[in-house]
Amino acid sequence: MDLENQQRVKDLTEKHGKENLVVILGGAEAEASGLACETVTNGDPTFAGPLAGVQLGLACYHILEPEIKDEVDPEVYDEQVSMMEMVLDVDEIVDEVSTYRDKYSEFS
Amino acid sequence: MLKGKKVIILGDRDGVPGPAIEECIKSAGAEVVFTTTECFV
Repeated sequence: MDLENQQRVKDLTEKHGKENLVVILGGAEAEASGLACETVTNGDPTFAGPLAGVQLGLACYHILEPEIKDEVDPEVYDEQVSMMEMVLDVDEIVDEVSTYRDKYSEFS
Repeated sequence: MLKGKKVIILGDRDGVPGPAIEECIKSAGAEVVFTTTECFV
């Protein structure tokens, strides 16, 4: 995750409280999505950005995960996401993101 | 789970872009506080 967005996530967490926030990812690849999830839960694994060593423990999901899909209006989901759902490796992405969430999120 | 929550959206130019996720999240009754579309790679 780029450094500017790490700072935004940090600031928004301070402003709204971590128990009230959910991070939703749209990453195309499992590994990158997992890294983003790790960054907002356990801190920046590359130790380069503002979230280095900062364990926010935020709830973090990918838009393709069933927990999120089930709460979205099916018509809207179909219109906005279904095409990418067909081309992305959903199982791999869900597996990777949920691994980090289960490990580090305080609010899953 | 999403209803009443504040949501940060980190979309991906090559995956699902921020605005597309935003439409979904709003339909689920959550408040979007930040949306971006990154290049994840």
